[in-house]
Amino acid sequence: MSAGVAEKTQKTIGGIRRKFAPWNDPSAVPLIRFQNVTKRFGDFIAIENLSLDIYEREFFALLGPSGCGKTTLMRMLAGFEEPNEGRITLAGEDLVGTPPYRRPVNMMFQSYALFPHMSVWDNIAFGLRQDGMEKGAVAARVEEMLKLVKLGQFAKRKPHQLSGGQRQRVALARSLAKRPKVLLLDEPLGALDKKLREETQFELMDLQMELGMTFLIVTHDQEEAMTVADRIAVMNHGKLVQVDQPAVIYEHPNSRYVADFVGDVNILDATVVSVEPGLVTVRPVAAPDRLFRIAQECPAKAGDSVAIALRPEKLRVELDPPADTSVNCLSGEIWDIGYLGDLSIYHVELPGGSRVKAAKPNLTRMVERPISWEDKVYVSFSPDAGVVLTS
Amino acid sequence: MTGKARGRWLVVAIPYLWLLALFLIPFLIVFKISLSQDAIAQPPYTPVFDLAAGWEAFKQSLGELSIDNYGYVLSWDNEFIEAYGSSLWIAGISTVLLLLVGYPIAYAMARAPKSIRPTLLMLVILPFWTSFLIRVYAWIGILSPEGLLNQLLIALGILSPDAPLQILATDTAVYIGIVYSYLPFMILPLYSALEKMDETLLEAAADLGCPPLSAFWKITWPLSLPGVFAGCLLCFIPAVGEFVIPDLLGGSDTLMIGKVLWTEFSVNRSWTVSSAVAVLLLLVLVVPIVFYQNVQQRELEGR
Repeated sequence: MSAGVAEKTQKTIGGIRRKFAPWNDPSAVPLIRFQNVTKRFGDFIAIENLSLDIYEREFFALLGPSGCGKTTLMRMLAGFEEPNEGRITLAGEDLVGTPPYRRPVNMMFQSYALFPHMSVWDNIAFGLRQDGMEKGAVAARVEEMLKLVKLGQFAKRKPHQLSGGQRQRVALARSLAKRPKVLLLDEPLGALDKKLREETQFELMDLQMELGMTFLIVTHDQEEAMTVADRIAVMNHGKLVQVDQPAVIYEHPNSRYVADFVGDVNILDATVVSVEPGLVTVRPVAAPDRLFRIAQECPAKAGDSVAIALRPEKLRVELDPPADTSVNCLSGEIWDIGYLGDLSIYHVELPGGSRVKAAKPNLTRMVERPISWEDKVYVSFSPDAGVVLTS
Repeated sequence: MTGKARGRWLVVAIPYLWLLALFLIPFLIVFKISLSQDAIAQPPYTPVFDLAAGWEAFKQSLGELSIDNYGYVLSWDNEFIEAYGSSLWIAGISTVLLLLVGYPIAYAMARAPKSIRPTLLMLVILPFWTSFLIRVYAWIGILSPEGLLNQLLIALGILSPDAPLQILATDTAVYIGIVYSYLPFMILPLYSALEKMDETLLEAAADLGCPPLSAFWKITWPLSLPGVFAGCLLCFIPAVGEFVIPDLLGGSDTLMIGKVLWTEFSVNRSWTVSSAVAVLLLLVLVVPIVFYQNVQQRELEGR
């Protein structure tokens, strides 16, 4: 995919990030390399023969449901777990066997893990003192960190005297204080409420740019991963399913699993009718009288069973059949309507009984002919809206 | 007063009535006896307050009270002060030993797999199912010159049969007895403090460059201090007044205030002096008790 697809991130940091794509540069040397890493807990395989490269200054997200191995992968980088097989290198150095207290990475814990008997100041200074940094330098760095997370007036407080958001900032300051080569963030915003979480996501991105550090974030929240990350690795059962930029993951998922996990999606079973360069024609199982043309290179052959992924926001719902007969179209009946304010969600029942979900922005306050329950409607989408999934 | 308010008042009053009847009044009786003089009578002291004799007689009785017994107990010529000092010393050493033995056990219990922790806890409490007195007696059988310990060491060839270890009837036996008897009281508060600790704190310390041993002293130890204080005071306070252990395991030169009190009461038959000893012992212990309550208070506020 071309650079510049990370629409969400452009807003804050613009051009620098627009050009940032070391993973497309064959001469770029990765900062972190997982090479054929396997980790087992007894009979359970947490990570299976996984290889992954992460580049310097990258904001990288590991995304997946709980139990998919994303936290284990991060903990292996921090040194809390050792792989059974494979190599993990950081800036060319093999990390396997190095205890956590000698690794140049720091972690922000999901529970924050602030030392309850120490003040905010002492918490932030802990790692610096551990390195034997001299007093004046420690004080200067702690002050700098307090300023960075805007907690200057709370330096003398104990963690239990702070709000959840403030504790999150202390944890962040503490993990950044040693200027690690890599900052690991384990579900860093999970305990915050929605509004604060969204604000903090943008702050994290700015911070990462400002400090020029490599951030690795573990999250199960796909919106969070899409917002902050340069690249996302979607994981399932200890394996990487897809590693790419957020927009690629969203618009071109490589499997049913990714399409389903990231964002809202309709998945329709279909049979391939014909394959031409850049165009696939399929027949949906739910509406065998229709043919869908999808603009995409596809490895499938005529007769193969595939799935089509359709994002609800890419579907148009209309009371009249589309004028342009070249677009793909389904007809059905409105089953349910969800009014969200900015959007309305329509559940349309197809003649075969299956349902598709379409989202329609409410562009004006009043609509002449509002769509209502049990209306007969046409659901249409252009050839570049859908994705054919072969796995 | 509404029924609800009366009910609330009753709930609050019951523990105070309990304390009044079973602690404050008995203490006042002991305190009064400590201010009386020995007498060959029944009860063996004067004056005896007789409310039936009228107000004048009561006032006269009040005038007969004196603090002479305290002067006697606190005089350097008698061995009471020495006994107080020796008791504090023995209790102090025992408490340090208890901490040294109890901390590793509590630590291991708190780090054991969750599934076996209740069993371990049960094992710590198990000795309570046998009478305290019998358990202390059992130590005589272990520590005596012909006891199990010496038999074992001789059988192993470590000791020669004509030179068995002389442990029974020494201060060492008293330390062994106290450490053995009070160990659960040390382990339980330590365990509860250590078990509460979030293990990710140690991961965070390691992540910030702190090796395990250093992390113990910087994180685990300070966070377990409330348990350390509670355990030490739970052991120290009763150990100071301990009577059974020094009496059964200690030698004739083992000086502890509990033993002195008992001798004063049942051998010398001086109710008044033994009462004064008891009141002074209480004063000696009030300091650590108040300290303990302070610690508890602080811990509660820390939540």
